[in-house]
Amino acid sequence: MSAIPVMPGPEPWELPSKGRVGMLSLIIGECGIFTIFVVAYVFYIGKSLNGPTPQQVLDIPIFNTICLLSSSVTIWLAERQIERGKMKAFAALWALTIGLGLEFILGTAMEWDKLIRGGLTVRTNLFGTTFYALVGLHATHVVVGLIGLSLILIFTLTGHVSERHTERIQVFALYWHFVDAVWVVVFTVVYIVGR
Amino acid sequence: MADQTLPIGGILDITPERQERLTLLEWLHGWVVTVDHKRLGVLYVVYGLFFLLVGGAEVLAIRVQLAKPGNHFLSPETYNEFFTMHGTTMVFLVGMTIVFGFANYLVPLMIGARDMAFPRLNAFSFWLTAFGGLLLYYSFIGGFGLYGMGSAPDVMWWAYAPLTEKAFSPGHATDYWALSLIVMGFGTLGTAINVLATAFCMRCRGMTLLRMPLFVWLMVVVSGLTLITITPLTAAQVMLTIDRYLGGHFFDTQAGGSAVVWAHFFWIFGHPEVYVLVMPAFGIANEIIPVFSRKAIFGYPAMVAASVGIAFVSLGVWAHHMFTIGMTSVGNTFFVLSTMMVGIPTGIKIFNWLATIWGGKIQFRVPMMFCLAFLFQFLIAGLTGIMLSVAPWDWQLHNSYFVIAHFHYMLVGAIVFNIFAGIYYWFPKVTGKMLSETLGKWHFWLFFIGFHVTFDTMHFVGFMGMPRSIYTYEANRGWNTLNMIISIGAFIQGIAVLVFAWNMVRSLRNGKEAGNDPWDAWTLEWAVPSPPPEYNFATDPEVHSRRPLWDLKHPDDPDWKYE
Repeated sequence: MSAIPVMPGPEPWELPSKGRVGMLSLIIGECGIFTIFVVAYVFYIGKSLNGPTPQQVLDIPIFNTICLLSSSVTIWLAERQIERGKMKAFAALWALTIGLGLEFILGTAMEWDKLIRGGLTVRTNLFGTTFYALVGLHATHVVVGLIGLSLILIFTLTGHVSERHTERIQVFALYWHFVDAVWVVVFTVVYIVGR
Repeated sequence: MADQTLPIGGILDITPERQERLTLLEWLHGWVVTVDHKRLGVLYVVYGLFFLLVGGAEVLAIRVQLAKPGNHFLSPETYNEFFTMHGTTMVFLVGMTIVFGFANYLVPLMIGARDMAFPRLNAFSFWLTAFGGLLLYYSFIGGFGLYGMGSAPDVMWWAYAPLTEKAFSPGHATDYWALSLIVMGFGTLGTAINVLATAFCMRCRGMTLLRMPLFVWLMVVVSGLTLITITPLTAAQVMLTIDRYLGGHFFDTQAGGSAVVWAHFFWIFGHPEVYVLVMPAFGIANEIIPVFSRKAIFGYPAMVAASVGIAFVSLGVWAHHMFTIGMTSVGNTFFVLSTMMVGIPTGIKIFNWLATIWGGKIQFRVPMMFCLAFLFQFLIAGLTGIMLSVAPWDWQLHNSYFVIAHFHYMLVGAIVFNIFAGIYYWFPKVTGKMLSETLGKWHFWLFFIGFHVTFDTMHFVGFMGMPRSIYTYEANRGWNTLNMIISIGAFIQGIAVLVFAWNMVRSLRNGKEAGNDPWDAWTLEWAVPSPPPEYNFATDPEVHSRRPLWDLKHPDDPDWKYE
């Protein structure tokens, strides 16, 4: 009972990947959180009533920054390897990414240790409050990312990840790229503008 | 051909097999572990309606307290707790949950999908939200803290600093408030991500973006807006928690922190939040008004553009809540003008709704009555909004009952009215039973009269200088009669809500059978049985226009010829 006389011909029907849309939405939301923390940091630069000031205690973490930013390159290379099905190379590059991320977190821990020994805590002054909040927020994201990266490495080594999972790996890598990109902003604000 | 690709009842037998009788425990277990978008949608709405009763009871106590001068029905401390909890409950536990409940239930059905994009994230988001609500209300018994002072939070729903700092709000009441909003914020974020991914990636064949029902469009805009408005609140709450627990100084004025920064952060969230709540109400009106006017919506692309426009403009208006805090004249002028600009896209919407009704065969069923009341009340709420956007006018009336009247016209007169309209409209789809029209009309008229008795009068006590949030007032101010009238109106609304609750219970048990499509509507959710089976659509539907069911019912005059 074909009642409708003329139908528009079948159009090609392609929709975006839900993983990518979901992850991009999450990243937009995360940008909201980071924006507020960055604004608070910038607003309170130089408003502390007592020392220490950033100039007195902060060293620029150049090595840390190089490590974190290069981890974005290694994860991108890993994405290309899994696309071609080279699982060994993928696992190696993925492990290298984790290593670079771990170095970054260790570097931050050592920096904080030095600062706390030097008498700068959240309670000390506005600089302490905003510094630990903003850098700590970013470090929390690095830790979450490292947990995810490590789980994927474990699954890869036990043979549960294959070429079929390329898209999921790439969606997760988006998050890691975001964490790295945010560091550029945090680094600029905390170690260049605020110092 | 087309009539086979759309599973309309009778053509394809997709009635689920009769289920065996479940024990109470199995039934409960089924609801707790469910990842079905429809069940989660129902959970959201039921949860929201429960807290509507709770928040309503709180405000009735407040109205008894204010009904006559020098009253002592509540203690001053309890009074502060009640208006804080009333605001927080109504915005986060009633508004947000019901809005996202509707989205959960309807978005997949309307775009021809079998579930949300991430069903387990969906369940997780709901239970986070539910836990957040419990955390907030647990403060009534658990908020005593170290100092034995206070119980529920009593810092007003915007919680201005430095009142919220440890020195001025000891105990744990404010912590419960901050933590519960952080938890609910993550729940909302999860749902927003889910709605966006669903609408962009799960549409059925032929459902292009400009063929999506306007309700789905509005929920897409709302979810996008949620991503960038809820997160500033979460960030600000984290800062407040750092202040209170780790001894930070973000909002500690004695250590150089700024209370104004909190106000900015809060209203960067707080004003777009109003649009997060009202735009789903627009979405409901967009579905109901055409169906009961028997006409297609007027100006579909303009409606979409206006919605996106409202979302953008709403991000730049927050400081109109802060004219009395003090800003530069440039700041004042900017926020006056940006606030007035909201009137343009909302005006487009109102004219489009009027044009949809114009020349239609209007059916005055209960959902349509609520929507018509919404149209007028929304217009008045918008007009008082434009009045308040003028900074000098705002200096005069800020924190008066005029402001309370303005935003309750929006929150109750627009949002709650349309939520009721939506419940009357989709209840048959969700349960398979019609709500009683007679009780529905009682509900409508009682609520309508109570609403106007209360909130129209509030404008006048506002003009007469009555400030908001005061515990009581002196008898010689001339506010006595008006306050008594406001309180009576509040109780009429309370009775109306009870009539509504009774209507739901009664209709669930012995309401009229609804059938698939009781309103002769045009969107995809009416093509499936009521209640829909767990998988929604037996075969993937395919659409060719904005009104797929119209095309099916009128094959001689389908919409796709004209769009």
